Amino acid sequence: MKKVYTRPKSLKRNPFHYCPGCGHSITHRVIAEVIDEMNLQERVIGIPPPGCSVFAYYYLDIDMAESAHGRGAAVATGVKRAFPEAIVFTYQGDGDLAAIGTAETIHAANRGENITAIFINNAVYGMTGGQMAPTTLRDQKTTTTPYGRDVKIEGYPLRISEMLALVKGAVYIERTAVNSPANIKKTKKAIRKALQVQIDGLGFSLVEILSPCPINWKMSPLEAWRWIDKEMTKEFPLGVIKDIPKKKDAD
Amino acid sequence: MTKVLMNGNSAIGEAAIRAGCQCYFGYPITPQNELTEYMATHLSRRKGCSFIQAESEISAINMVYGASLTGARAMTSSSSPGISLKQEGISYLAACELPAVIVNMSRGGPGLGSISASQSDYFQATRGGGHGDYRTIVLAPSSVQELADLTHRAFDLADKYLIPVIILGDGMLGQMMEPIEFKHEAPEVLPVRSRALRGAKGRPSRIIKTFTSKPAELEEINWSLFRRYQLIKKEETTCETFLVEDARLIVVAFGIAARIAKGAIKNARASGQKVGMLRPTTLWPFPTDKVQELAKEIKQFLVFEMNMGQMIEDVQLALEGGGEVSFYGRPGGVIPTPSEVARVVSRIYQQKGLK
Repeated sequence: MKKVYTRPKSLKRNPFHYCPGCGHSITHRVIAEVIDEMNLQERVIGIPPPGCSVFAYYYLDIDMAESAHGRGAAVATGVKRAFPEAIVFTYQGDGDLAAIGTAETIHAANRGENITAIFINNAVYGMTGGQMAPTTLRDQKTTTTPYGRDVKIEGYPLRISEMLALVKGAVYIERTAVNSPANIKKTKKAIRKALQVQIDGLGFSLVEILSPCPINWKMSPLEAWRWIDKEMTKEFPLGVIKDIPKKKDAD
Repeated sequence: MTKVLMNGNSAIGEAAIRAGCQCYFGYPITPQNELTEYMATHLSRRKGCSFIQAESEISAINMVYGASLTGARAMTSSSSPGISLKQEGISYLAACELPAVIVNMSRGGPGLGSISASQSDYFQATRGGGHGDYRTIVLAPSSVQELADLTHRAFDLADKYLIPVIILGDGMLGQMMEPIEFKHEAPEVLPVRSRALRGAKGRPSRIIKTFTSKPAELEEINWSLFRRYQLIKKEETTCETFLVEDARLIVVAFGIAARIAKGAIKNARASGQKVGMLRPTTLWPFPTDKVQELAKEIKQFLVFEMNMGQMIEDVQLALEGGGEVSFYGRPGGVIPTPSEVARVVSRIYQQKGLK
């Protein structure tokens, strides 16, 4: 009998603690699959952030070290500079990467640090209970925007991937989602490409993943999947934002 | 061995390289820029080494954290306001039991303060500094030669006890030039750290973390840190004494203040006053035992600091009322002269009726 589905080698046998319908579990699995397929389990070092995914190290069977909130890109820089043979990735949420860690992220990208950021955008602070994130949509209700995000008061959803595309040291940036089998496949392909960019020593790579947070969005998992398509992708359109390696190939 | 003329900041840089420092990450701030510049010139192109001028003090300390994770010898440096920014990272280093060397060439505060030498960061350095229940080893040099020697010791202590080590200097030590000799060459082999992250090759994967949802687990981690701190207190407390044998009054001072006090004590001795000095070279752990030993014979202590009175609390804690403590301090980056301190010493000597 042909085996079509199995637990990736790089995924530990621990049941996920994530809420039903959460995008972290899917993304963890996808990362584990890519690590297996690229044969990186013995080379990779992951940097998870404070937040729901701080426990990523209970699931991914690779060397991992927790970072202080927002400092993932700086920690990953230190790891990679001290030990360039490692394949280093950060796993960061929207608050982590695009609010408290904006400076670290932009400057690591600008130095062209040879690291990869896996950036989970779910438009809220998940672990702390659903407060406004830099990526919270206009009029979206959160616990700190109870009347909806008013752009005149709270500012606009921050498109940090587009911002990072302006930075010369960033060579590959793609936005995907994990709200359908097709999108999960694209996410996997993007993560694979981002890690390949790092293996090839080309510079900073980032995959932004639109990810459902049904509990804090106060939706069913299915409604959350649909909300990504209907609302989130209007503000955060899916697709390749920057691809220097491809451009070079075309030249 | 030949002596070279160097400023204190550069001497730390050279000593760090000779201690096997592989990574330096820093951010410009006066009065320590010569160290960052020295590393840019002499470390950045060395094989297997890395130098980054980071975007902030916070990034610099987190880069040190990252490098230390892999087992590398890493350091950063700054001055008072920048050291405040680094406290987040120092707390994480302490929690994760990661070695690192952090240099504070301190300046006057609070706030942006002044760029002149000060000792106003004693509390911050010796009480952990960041959030949580932890300590760092704090070394207090008082000459350029000692800056170099203690830099070497700092890397060894950090690796031995898996702990961040602070070198608490000041703007004057960093800027002044003195002839010094370097007693060490860069080691060919560095100690291998058993918990370093270098990819899960031929061993199970490793996790370096501080977060736990179980308070009892965290309590156990705190106990384990505490036991190591007790060991450090026992093994690594150091101090220098100067003319204490027949002394009736002991001046307690550290760093550059001790250098100034030494001049004052020589003056006092010349006029027949029996004054000696205790100079802690580790501020944490503090030489409590030495203070108590001296207090068996000597009852008068004068604490002299370039701040409003911080180390004096450790002296009082050590004495537990077993001696009388006076204080003289100049805050804000004002550097007192030896003759000024000599006048204070002489006045207290007479006021206390010492002979």
